[in-house]
Amino acid sequence: MIASLSLILLCQLVGEVGVRALAVPVPGPVVGLVLLLLLLLARDRYPALARGPLGNDGVESASRGMLANLSLLFIPAGVGVVQKLDLLAEHGIAILVILAVSVIVTLLATVATFVAASSLFSREDETP
Amino acid sequence: MSDNPFSLWVYLSQSPLLWLTVTLLTYAVTDAVSLKTRRHPLANPVLHSLWIIGLFLLLTGTSYTTYFAGAQFVHFLLGPATVALAVPLYENRKRVAAAVLPMLVALAVGSLTAIVSVVLLARAFGLPREIILSLAPKSVTAGVAMGISESLHADPSLTAVSVILTGIMGAIIVTPLMNFTGITDFRGRGFAAGIAAHGIGTARAFQVDEVAGVFAGIAMSLNALVTSLLVPLAVTYLLR
Repeated sequence: MIASLSLILLCQLVGEVGVRALAVPVPGPVVGLVLLLLLLLARDRYPALARGPLGNDGVESASRGMLANLSLLFIPAGVGVVQKLDLLAEHGIAILVILAVSVIVTLLATVATFVAASSLFSREDETP
Repeated sequence: MSDNPFSLWVYLSQSPLLWLTVTLLTYAVTDAVSLKTRRHPLANPVLHSLWIIGLFLLLTGTSYTTYFAGAQFVHFLLGPATVALAVPLYENRKRVAAAVLPMLVALAVGSLTAIVSVVLLARAFGLPREIILSLAPKSVTAGVAMGISESLHADPSLTAVSVILTGIMGAIIVTPLMNFTGITDFRGRGFAAGIAAHGIGTARAFQVDEVAGVFAGIAMSLNALVTSLLVPLAVTYLLR
């Protein structure tokens, strides 16, 4: 458990240090994600890596536990809404309508594109 | 018992213990309700935790800064949780590799739609320029969105609020909307949730279907990259 958490934190740490040292506009945790993914893929090729957090479902179960409660992690930032109540009272309805319409349009545009593109590309694969 | 309940309150309200307990307890209750209602969209645990904790802070006259000093330990885990997305991604790698092209096309269309739609709508509503700039990056995860907002000299705290509101609305609406369209491809449904509603949409997607959650996580990560490049471009063209 602790070893698995350490591995996750270590990936993030390397990611954060890396993006700052190279000044690239990528979030550090996203680089950490890629590092952990590479480690898991490397384990398939080199079974010697399957020890500690990378063996015995260690980092897998720690990650699943964290992702099962992903909603919890947004609450502290979300409560920040209380600081903006005056602004929401002034422009609140407009902002809510704008965000709601935008989110619906975005959901529909993305899913329609995904479905259309995936049927297009799979059809291309089938034609000899 | 302390002879002075006020001094006890002063101690408690300044220590992380109280605010961590309030955050975890409220989430435990709202998440249990969400499970009981078989993950009904309107029983969204983030939405209900926010108003319960917000009301508690208002009633006790506690500032958000004091609350966050305690709750930041939960907030911190957002970074490690992003790293943890590598695990479901690894477990579903064959499915993901087979869908790389549709994902890239949907990423381009979805990311652009998210930014352009909010800027055009906000302009049509006649909102002040500073508010429009603050709303523009609302579909990416809070940390990245606030960075974009700062670089545009907008209001990062308003951006954070619009990010959270977008995430909650997306998480509530995605399941009924997708059921209405009749689309049953959970890869596409999850991907759309991640593009439109970042981490809160991803959390919702994991509640519904693991494959949807994986695709939402990828969409959220990719969108964070694309949006930070697109927003400055889009506002230069759309807000001249």
